Amino acid sequence: MRQVYSILVNNHAGVLSHVAGLFTRRGYNIESIAAGPTEDTTITRIVIVAIGEENELHQIAKQLRKLYDVREVEQISYNQAVTRELVLATIKAPLSRRSEVIQLANAFGAQVINMTDDTVTLEASGNDHKVRTLLKAFEGYGISQMARTGMISLPYDGMPEDWEPIA
Amino acid sequence: MAVATKAKSQTAKQPTKLKPQKISGAEIVYRSLEREGVKYVFGHPGAILLTVLDLFLKRSKIKHLLIRHEQCAAHMAEGYARASGEVGVCLTTSGPGATNLITGITDAYMDSIPIVCFTGQVATSMVGNDAFQEADIVGMTRTITKHNYLVKSTDDLAETIQEAFYIARTGRPGPVLVDLPKDVLLGDGNYQLPEKVDLRGYKPTTKGHPRQIQRVAEAIEKSKQPLLYVGGGAIHAEAHSEIVKLAETAEIPVTYTLLGAGAFPSAHELSLGMLGMHGTAYANYATMECDLLIAVGARFDDRVTGKVSEFATRAKIIHIDIDPTAIGKNKKADIPVVGDARQVLVEVNKLIKPQTRPLWKKRIQNLRTEYPLTFDSPDGAPIKPQEAIVALSEEVGDKAIITTEVGQHQMWAAQFYNFTFPRQFISSGGLGTMGFGFPAAIGVALARPDKLAIDIAGDGSFQMVMQEIATAVQYEIPVKVFLLNNATLGMVRQWQDLFMDRRFSEVDFESSPDYVKLAEAFGASGRRIVDKEEIRPAIQEMINTPGPFILDVIVDPDELVFPMVPAGGATKDMIVRDSRKKILQGKLSALPDN
Repeated sequence: MRQVYSILVNNHAGVLSHVAGLFTRRGYNIESIAAGPTEDTTITRIVIVAIGEENELHQIAKQLRKLYDVREVEQISYNQAVTRELVLATIKAPLSRRSEVIQLANAFGAQVINMTDDTVTLEASGNDHKVRTLLKAFEGYGISQMARTGMISLPYDGMPEDWEPIA
Repeated sequence: MAVATKAKSQTAKQPTKLKPQKISGAEIVYRSLEREGVKYVFGHPGAILLTVLDLFLKRSKIKHLLIRHEQCAAHMAEGYARASGEVGVCLTTSGPGATNLITGITDAYMDSIPIVCFTGQVATSMVGNDAFQEADIVGMTRTITKHNYLVKSTDDLAETIQEAFYIARTGRPGPVLVDLPKDVLLGDGNYQLPEKVDLRGYKPTTKGHPRQIQRVAEAIEKSKQPLLYVGGGAIHAEAHSEIVKLAETAEIPVTYTLLGAGAFPSAHELSLGMLGMHGTAYANYATMECDLLIAVGARFDDRVTGKVSEFATRAKIIHIDIDPTAIGKNKKADIPVVGDARQVLVEVNKLIKPQTRPLWKKRIQNLRTEYPLTFDSPDGAPIKPQEAIVALSEEVGDKAIITTEVGQHQMWAAQFYNFTFPRQFISSGGLGTMGFGFPAAIGVALARPDKLAIDIAGDGSFQMVMQEIATAVQYEIPVKVFLLNNATLGMVRQWQDLFMDRRFSEVDFESSPDYVKLAEAFGASGRRIVDKEEIRPAIQEMINTPGPFILDVIVDPDELVFPMVPAGGATKDMIVRDSRKKILQGKLSALPDN
């Protein structure tokens, strides 16, 4: 099971490694991790995507809450939150296939940010599904380099309390 | 009420009226310790601590004890904390002084013991430079402390120390480390404190949820064969009298973990003694037969449950714990209650009606008769360690607080000593630290001068920490070492005996010190005994001789601890004394998991 954790922590040195350390100690791989400041300068938001057994994922959330520097831990269901990720990818695109690549990029709303004789570098953002589909679409051309920010996430504001997410 | 309010407003006004005066970091450390009510600091000096050490010379409110090895400073602080319920404190220098604390801190973390460790650190400008005697102790202790701090400014010092003590003693207690760079101690800063510690990310739940408490009471009323399973958390929460009340009112038998010993009187008619790997057979069988298991401040440790999927399979599980992460970690709880054990049980006891369970009580009685806790002591045989402990228990009883090292002697002490009050049995449970008991006993002697601090020791463990006899002699601390000397590492030898066809590799001490001469060399006293008849007179001599004393009891190295649930095995696989033959025939000779 994949789980998105949105974690608010005190903006202190060492907190990120402490939080990440909890996952390592239980033997879980963090699929992605993204951290950055929030509207309150004393607080950092860390968004972690991890894969594991359901009860273990709950146990990790409990352990995280126990850390003194952790203010809040939310285990976010995918369709209860806005999630976005930024991808930079260099696609193999010789002259003969360049227009195809650019057309495909346009279809995903991706921007061309660099071009050489045989590559095109794209910038794209989107939710988990879009990013996966996009990368799959370009796989056939060959992706020579890629960097991803990892997922960031915010719960939907104003969701009614009794609203049941579709599992 | 009016008086109280007045007093409060006076103390509240003072700090705002006076313009805060800058004082040195060292002075802030000393004043903070005073304010937290610290009586003893277990420490070892270093150049970085000079300014703080100087204050111990000038003032007398806090006593600093110069220990001989930093690991023992942490264990002494633990012993002090375990015996008194107060926070234990140690102070060591940077680098090796700090790293030597690590075993003790881990021990405190595993057993939830409130200690605050202060370590010196190189100046903030040098941190990260591989400076002389620098170690990243905050990084190293991150996973073994409840929280830790590197103080970066003298202005933050007072508040950090206040928080450290607050975190150590509240919620599920645990060790906190405060790293003090040299310039932070030398520099001047404000001594200003908030009126109340309020930490946004840290709010332990102490009051149980009323609905859950209601469910607990209902489950107890419906149950035919309930069993109370009491752990160390019950002692931290001072829940012992509520446990006795619950057990007696609803007629519930009680078993306890190693750390729960003392939370319920061992000799009480409802007591089943300790459960688990070396628990009594009747306690372990009771866990298999009970229909309701009420865990209080216990965490379903592997040494208690054995194979967890086969533990208490017939029972509904109630789990009361202050730490939500302990609940459901190893065993799913049917009725989880997050809260302080005492506060929760006070509420439960309000709802409980008197009940009797004659059938269950009879069944327990039968188990007790069928599988008693015994040992053989033929005439002319060497002293059996169990009989030495029984004699000690009968001679000193509730006059003593017992600490132990780790190994066979620890299990025998838990099995055969008659514990009557909480905090009477002090032992390293989670980490299993050899060398814990002797320094811990020094801490105990300081915390409870009204009691006799006795370390029931094995010779393997004692050899790891015997330099602290010097500390005991220097400060005239009357700590007694009841040394069960079998000249071997008995517990490992026992596993080799049972699971490795008696191939005894690297366990026997072919050279051992003369412990009587050793005691004398340090300026303490000692006596060696080899005959059964000498046990009781020697115990009397030990308790009547002032100062530290080592009683070297030469015991049978072939004696094994029974019952025994092989590691990773289920409770039903328990080896009781009589089934030893079966083991030798190879039926259980497979090497256990861990």
